[in-house]
Amino acid sequence: MSLQSPLGRVRGLGSAKEGVHHWWSQRLTALALVPLSLWFIYSLVVVTGADYATVVAWLANPLQAVLMLLFIISLYYHAALGVQVVIEDYIESEWQKIACLILIKFLALLAGLSAAIAVLKVYLGL
Amino acid sequence: MAEFTLPKNSKVKLGKTFAHAEGATNKKTFRVYRWEPDSGENPRLDSYEINLDNCGPMVLDAIIYIKNEIDSTLTFRRSCREGICGSCAMNIGGTNTLACTKAIDEFDGEVAIYPLPHMPVIKDLVPDLTHFYAQYASIKPWMQTQSALPPDAERLQSKEEREKLDGLYECILCACCSTSCPSYWWNSDRYLGPAILLQAYRWIIDSRDEYTGERLDDLEDPFRLYRCHTIMNCTNTCPKGLNPAKAIAEIKKLMVSRTV
Repeated sequence: MSLQSPLGRVRGLGSAKEGVHHWWSQRLTALALVPLSLWFIYSLVVVTGADYATVVAWLANPLQAVLMLLFIISLYYHAALGVQVVIEDYIESEWQKIACLILIKFLALLAGLSAAIAVLKVYLGL
Repeated sequence: MAEFTLPKNSKVKLGKTFAHAEGATNKKTFRVYRWEPDSGENPRLDSYEINLDNCGPMVLDAIIYIKNEIDSTLTFRRSCREGICGSCAMNIGGTNTLACTKAIDEFDGEVAIYPLPHMPVIKDLVPDLTHFYAQYASIKPWMQTQSALPPDAERLQSKEEREKLDGLYECILCACCSTSCPSYWWNSDRYLGPAILLQAYRWIIDSRDEYTGERLDDLEDPFRLYRCHTIMNCTNTCPKGLNPAKAIAEIKKLMVSRTV
């Protein structure tokens, strides 16, 4: 039971004084992903069916490598921001929510970094 | 997880039927949500068949007719019966609206009437709006200034500045929009909801108010403001034809414009 006043409950811990960065980043990455996704789909069409050496040579081109890195960074950053909102919306239990938020950030970093390293490996010819 | 089904003791059962339109040609059936906190029983849907020739044109007229002529135990809020007090906000035919400004002839067949969704029910069609009103109080809905009031004049506002309040000042706080918002359903403990955010914007955009920055500070929060995902149920349902979704979008734009 709580005898706290309704206004006290609403005011709670106060404003977090953040959220605008999350919102703005999500929109910027969305904007960036429009041309990058089109380029990525176009590239898939071009590269599909080619042999290994051709694909490696294609990705070793600085333009393709940079675009691919930008695509990977924007995609995973955007996905992490989006899934974070879904988790905050629907998971009520506090510890489950925090566990999921940590998990999604780690997963996005893991997947994004792995993909980026793979591109760099090809680009640098390692 | 968010609750998607009603708890067992909230499941709505079929209730009583009151036929009150024998021999009438112009009749209509209203199926009304009933719940008494003291009875310990589940909520039920009572059916009232009434002769529309005996009652006024609006849904509120029908509800008042039911209370006066058929079943005096039916409980609801009403006051002005002209869409300015917001008391009779309820879910009619699946949409939140004001019973007093919703015409009966807009509905084909039976009309289902429920209290505003996802709010605690006090009795029948009366929701508990305590938290909603506390949220309203939390945005300090009054003019805040540092400069002293001119001793011999009002605080002036140009015609253009006054026009910015159009579409905002008309809000009557009936709570139709907030209780139609899924984001408010899941997170109303922290999310302020469309009605309160529209009201907050009404003070943010008022040229006479000098606490715009503090008001934005108080709203800048992942939950208070940013739970709005532009679902637009609020704008769809507003019985006054206002656009809370746009007001929220304007607040978000102001948040960005003070950082870039």
